[in-house]
Amino acid sequence: MRRSRWVSAAVMVTSAALLLTACGGGTGGSGAATGAVDPDGKVSVYGTEPQNTLIPSNTNELGGSKAMQAMFSSLIEYRSDTGAPFNLVAESITTSDAKVYDVKLKQGWKFHDGTEVKAKNFVDAWNYGAYAPNGQQNIDFFGQIEGADALNPGEGKQPTADKLSGLKIQGDYEFQVTLSAPFSVFLAKIGYLAFAPLPDVFFADPKAFTEHPIGNGPMKFVSRTPNVDIKMTRYDEYQGEDKYKFKDLEVRIYTSQETAYQDLLSNRLDFIETLPPSATAGGKYKTELGDRIVEGHLLGISAISVPYYVPGYDNLDLRKAISLAINRDQITKTVMNDTYVPASSWVSAGIEGYRPGVCGEFCTYDPVKAKDYFTKSGFTGKLTIASNADGGRKEPLVAACNSIKNALGVECDFLPSTNLGQFRSIVVAKKLTGMGRADWAADYPSIENFLNPIYKTEASSNDSGYSNPAVDELLKTADSTADKAAAVKLYQQVEDLVAKDLPQIPVWDEKGVGAKSNRLKSAKLDFGRYADYSSIEVIK
Amino acid sequence: MGRYVLRRLLQLIPVFIGSTFLIYALVWALPGDPFAGKCGQRACPQAYVDMMTAKYNLDDSLIVQYFKYLGNLLSGDFGETFSGNAIGEMIADAAPITVRLAVIAVVIEAIIGIGAGILTALRGKGFLDNLVLLSTLFLISLPVFVTGIVAQLLLAGEWGIINPSVSADATVGELMVPGFVLGSLSMAYIARLSRASISENRRADFVRTAIAKGQPNRRVVGVHLLRASVIPVITFLGTDLGALMGGAIVTEGVFNINGLGGLVFRGIQQKDGATVTGIVVLLVIVYLLMSLVVDLMYAVLDPRIRYD
Repeated sequence: MRRSRWVSAAVMVTSAALLLTACGGGTGGSGAATGAVDPDGKVSVYGTEPQNTLIPSNTNELGGSKAMQAMFSSLIEYRSDTGAPFNLVAESITTSDAKVYDVKLKQGWKFHDGTEVKAKNFVDAWNYGAYAPNGQQNIDFFGQIEGADALNPGEGKQPTADKLSGLKIQGDYEFQVTLSAPFSVFLAKIGYLAFAPLPDVFFADPKAFTEHPIGNGPMKFVSRTPNVDIKMTRYDEYQGEDKYKFKDLEVRIYTSQETAYQDLLSNRLDFIETLPPSATAGGKYKTELGDRIVEGHLLGISAISVPYYVPGYDNLDLRKAISLAINRDQITKTVMNDTYVPASSWVSAGIEGYRPGVCGEFCTYDPVKAKDYFTKSGFTGKLTIASNADGGRKEPLVAACNSIKNALGVECDFLPSTNLGQFRSIVVAKKLTGMGRADWAADYPSIENFLNPIYKTEASSNDSGYSNPAVDELLKTADSTADKAAAVKLYQQVEDLVAKDLPQIPVWDEKGVGAKSNRLKSAKLDFGRYADYSSIEVIK
Repeated sequence: MGRYVLRRLLQLIPVFIGSTFLIYALVWALPGDPFAGKCGQRACPQAYVDMMTAKYNLDDSLIVQYFKYLGNLLSGDFGETFSGNAIGEMIADAAPITVRLAVIAVVIEAIIGIGAGILTALRGKGFLDNLVLLSTLFLISLPVFVTGIVAQLLLAGEWGIINPSVSADATVGELMVPGFVLGSLSMAYIARLSRASISENRRADFVRTAIAKGQPNRRVVGVHLLRASVIPVITFLGTDLGALMGGAIVTEGVFNINGLGGLVFRGIQQKDGATVTGIVVLLVIVYLLMSLVVDLMYAVLDPRIRYD
């Protein structure tokens, strides 16, 4: 038996060693953030691996944008809370007809490599983004500039030019943009990352640039390890008014949101812009985070599209019945734990031109009226709502289905897809067999962005297959109205038309709930679900 | 022996080609548009689709695509992800971490598993035997993600003994808990496997002879009994090392370890076929070599087995 005792001792030693070596930091708990601000602080934010090369015109998803937004500055920038634009690199942008825009740049802006930001840096960058063989993700953003068709003629055709004819350099700090048709919202659009300038070194070697981006933004690139992190440090010669109040920024890549959240709870991570489903379940995050919750308002809208091409669904009474049957108040409170608010318009709250209650009585829960409309519609069979089931998309829609089922007395099923890719391929191919989730996040803060891409005939995200000549005509008029206030009025009329037809049923509007570590004195969440880096202050 | 090894190595070639082709076909010939959902809520711009189609030879027939890929692979080029990162470099970053994690897991499961097996087999029925049987049954019935998340919540969240995630360096100390989680399931199997094997061999003729020769107990157990009993355990450990390298997806995800499992997982999520194929090809090689090593170990451990 001597041996067995020896072995058992070995087992015990090993387990002890396991515990000892596993020792580490981690304090946990929350606390009020007070103390002096450290101007040389270090901030880490939750990140995901960028899905495309690090070029502004090729970055359009959260993962890449988180780093790129800090490294590049465009002509204009948006206020993080309202989305109102203000001039950043631009000295002034003027137009008289919403077709020709004169852009003057501020002098003294420099790229991180010391070269000056001039008009040609913008023009060259836009030409690069618009040229089809470069295969840039954001190519469609340049589609409205005159001559874009020659650079991007569509499938199977060769481009006939490599420079946009609508861009004219008129001096080192001045250029002119001509659009192919008047588009009043163009001004709101050019603050988007896709329109950022590129330094001359980019065009010499784009490949090397993507490995070490050189921008003109508040932060300059330090290093990147794929799947691990992207590190940046403050660019001290930055000219913009949105200077950062800390020194080092690390975008730390996580596979799992839950793990990032655990890191945030123990203050090893400073900012996360979204909470994992496990934290929102039962409102757990409220007690776990306390005053570390960061609330914002996202410019987006969650809707359910009711496709016209599915037999039986091309029926206004049915649309009204479904909309009336969804108990938005209850679902946002109990299922989504106050991370969303009920929606009553097709435009997100906070956007210029937003009016609450455009949907009116039809977005208010009323099972009796719903039942009336349903009987009138004569619909028979089963209703379905399709969506990808990951990322917490399933629960609210299942609840909506149940709400419909209870109010209308009709079968309602949730049809899951495993991921967004699978779901979108069904929607794009117009193969929905019932309703589908149609969430929209604004590309740029304008009422136009909530209407054109979704309700224009054959538009890129017109999931329901909606086509209304009056809407198309009005959108066209609005797009070409130079006066901003007048244009907004016209867009509002479009929304009123949409409200009559209900191609999509607005359901909820996301608040945007993130969290910060107790090392941060302040941090804000902007309308696009990004950390507003310029608002972050670190405690000494 | 030398000829046997050579023959086995030659056999690897057709297995390698066959399995990589299957993987390539499964990843790239999946029904559905590889670009659906890649660009968020809207469709991918045609220019982007065209460029990526050309980059990954998606217009060619599957066979041509595969041989182009294999050609690059044999010259050491794993290709690029959609985001333009060299897959070879990503694997070079991730592989050492995964190997470290897998070795830690195997060492932990071997030491505790075989230890518990020997202890229970030699002691026979009793409290300890029941304890081991029960605890292993408990571990077997728990999926890895439960063990992982519970360990994370308790050790990191509640008690603050460890950090919830592993840093980019992934030191051995940091990998201890993830390694334990990863190895826990196999640990239970190994404990039971070695217990059964040792109990059986205890009554074998050669053990009785060794005892009759008057050899000390330590030598009987340590040399005669263990060497013969450990063969099924080694087989298990060998294939397990391969499985742990690729199958650590869950554990790596929970503790945010930048390993091969996480790389494959992200590759699948982002429909990055080149990453998935590259890593799975690497894992196939690891599996093939591990099974060869295991087979060769048999001859070393058991004098009755010879390869000639």
